[in-house]
Amino acid sequence: MTADKIIFLLIGVLILVSALMVVTTRKLIHAALWLVAALFGVAVLYAILQAGFLAVVQVVVYIGAIAILFIFAVMLTRRDMRDQGPQTRSNWWIAALLGLLILAGLVFLIINQPDVERTAAVIPAGVDTLRNLGTALVSPDAYVLPFEVASVLLLAALVGAVYIAGFGKKS
Amino acid sequence: MTLAGFLNDPINFVAQWLTGLLTGWGFSNGLITVILYFIGILVLVVFAMLLDIGLVWVERKVVARFQDRLGPNRIGPFGLIQPIADIIKLVIKEDITPAGADKVVFNIAPVLAAMSVISLWAILPLSSKIFGVDLNVAVLYLVAAGALGTLSIIMGGWASNNKYALLGAFRMVANMVSYEIPMVVTLLIPVILADTMSVQGITQAQSGMWFAILSPLAFVIFFISAIAELGRSPFDLVEAESELTAGFNVEYSGMKFGWFYASELLHAFTFGGFMAVLFFGGYGGFFGLEKLSAFHWLTNPFIQAAVFIAKAMFGYWAIMWVKYSMPRIRIDHMLAFNWKFLVPLSLVVLVNTAILNKLLAGLPAWGYTLGMFLSNVIIGVVTIEILRAYGRKQRKSEQTLAQAMRN
Amino acid sequence: MQNEWLYIGLFLVVGIIVPVVPLAFAALISPKKPNPIKQATYECGIETVGDSWVQFKAQYYVFALVFLVFDVETVFLFPWALSLKQLPLFVVLEGILFIGILVAGLVYTWRKGMLEWV
Repeated sequence: MTADKIIFLLIGVLILVSALMVVTTRKLIHAALWLVAALFGVAVLYAILQAGFLAVVQVVVYIGAIAILFIFAVMLTRRDMRDQGPQTRSNWWIAALLGLLILAGLVFLIINQPDVERTAAVIPAGVDTLRNLGTALVSPDAYVLPFEVASVLLLAALVGAVYIAGFGKKS
Repeated sequence: MTLAGFLNDPINFVAQWLTGLLTGWGFSNGLITVILYFIGILVLVVFAMLLDIGLVWVERKVVARFQDRLGPNRIGPFGLIQPIADIIKLVIKEDITPAGADKVVFNIAPVLAAMSVISLWAILPLSSKIFGVDLNVAVLYLVAAGALGTLSIIMGGWASNNKYALLGAFRMVANMVSYEIPMVVTLLIPVILADTMSVQGITQAQSGMWFAILSPLAFVIFFISAIAELGRSPFDLVEAESELTAGFNVEYSGMKFGWFYASELLHAFTFGGFMAVLFFGGYGGFFGLEKLSAFHWLTNPFIQAAVFIAKAMFGYWAIMWVKYSMPRIRIDHMLAFNWKFLVPLSLVVLVNTAILNKLLAGLPAWGYTLGMFLSNVIIGVVTIEILRAYGRKQRKSEQTLAQAMRN
Repeated sequence: MQNEWLYIGLFLVVGIIVPVVPLAFAALISPKKPNPIKQATYECGIETVGDSWVQFKAQYYVFALVFLVFDVETVFLFPWALSLKQLPLFVVLEGILFIGILVAGLVYTWRKGMLEWV
């Protein structure tokens, strides 16, 4: 039980508990804040995997933009920010059974992979992963096309937002 | 184990001494690392907190001088003990939680606000040998800490169960979130010029020429966005005393309010420090002077730390100068200024820097500097001309409208 | 785990403990005399009318949305900025294409009036 494994287990438990609280808590704002905790746990996982850039980007984009967007959406649309009504439906046991079956199937598939016991390759000392990422994103024989397509995707998201918000229609 | 060894490389000196001591006591290597980290962190955080206390005094004295009065001068010489009196007062005040407030979120918000600012001190390069960590994504870490601060504001505003607090929090978050775009875009410019995202690398790349001279427009845009990010005047809709009575922290009293206030001051000082690092050479930037043997003492870590703190204080003073001289801006003007002016301008400056950095790469140092500086001047002049033409057009249309109404 | 991130993790832990200590101390020694008048919502001294929920402008959400798109764009630009020194000029042009597409998006939202604070 190295320190790495202990920290990984703790973070895993934090993420799972936060995710569970997101869907079971009654107050919607609390759900948004538990989501922030789960996203922060994922950022810590990235840091453990030595993907520092992704960890910081996770905090900047997910917590700094998307979680804020969720919180705004909840506050702007719900008059009563409490979930009304019972939290379980009458046939909840079918859903639970299906969920357990899917979980069992996934665990079985993952455990029977030949590579599941392999440890991650150690990054050699002189390799600058961040610069390699940058070079890969813009090299013509690497990922430049997805890089440009990503900007088109963001443009599409912007145009879609304009349309859905009703600004595109002539009033 | 000499005094010269300590003066030249304090952290490694102490670390080696402590490692020797602790291995002698039989601790394992991993535990020693954690203990050393803890001690280093405590020293940095205690220093930041003491600085914060000093900043309360600096803030009150400076605002007093700007307003042509004396400021606190009763308690202690020059009122130096005033912040300690303030802290004692805040600690012994009753902690009033408004009825219907969400207690957990209400209590977490000031802690999160303070944590987000304290965590910035992990990457602040006080000198080439005194710093927390040399993170290779330090520039984005700055933005991430700001994101956590934004979250704490909305938590505080919502948990107060007060519609005016919530309104203040919304406006503050819309403000901070909008001005993050020009800030991040202008943060890219030192990254391009220094070819690294680590603050140590950026500081060392400025040993020849400050980035503020290579790209003055980027510095101006970063300065404006930083003031907006901090929520200080002229962008301080939250503390608009005449409008929202302290905005999102109106229901906070006692030490919780103290933490919101203290973290805002420390955030302002840390931003002054980052401006110094990104644009004014940080702890170095002596234009190559330290390479002469007569000025070799400039590379001493303690001198570098003093230089850094002096530059950060100057940046903080400049932020205060803007705060106490300018009127507040209305929210629609503020957001229009950001989205219609600062964002396109910062993108133009970024594109200009990227292209010129490539094209002028072969020139000698003075050619490179002159080229970059002139390009910024040209962009500035063109922008001002566009603004003037726009203003003229506006005035003319208003004139014709007034004339049409008179006839 | 890289030692840098362990340091940052410890820093965050200390950063949480440092504010909590004075707050706990204050909770111990401060007086606790709650009464309904003190705990009433503050509205410049006037009694509150209506409950604490009002319809806020949807424009806040619109600005957060536009911010999200541009935030993701700038995050993409960071690796691009780091690759400029090694690669030739056309890499800069690729980045300009990326920025240009998104500036077109900004101009579109501007023309459609989404950036107004009506």
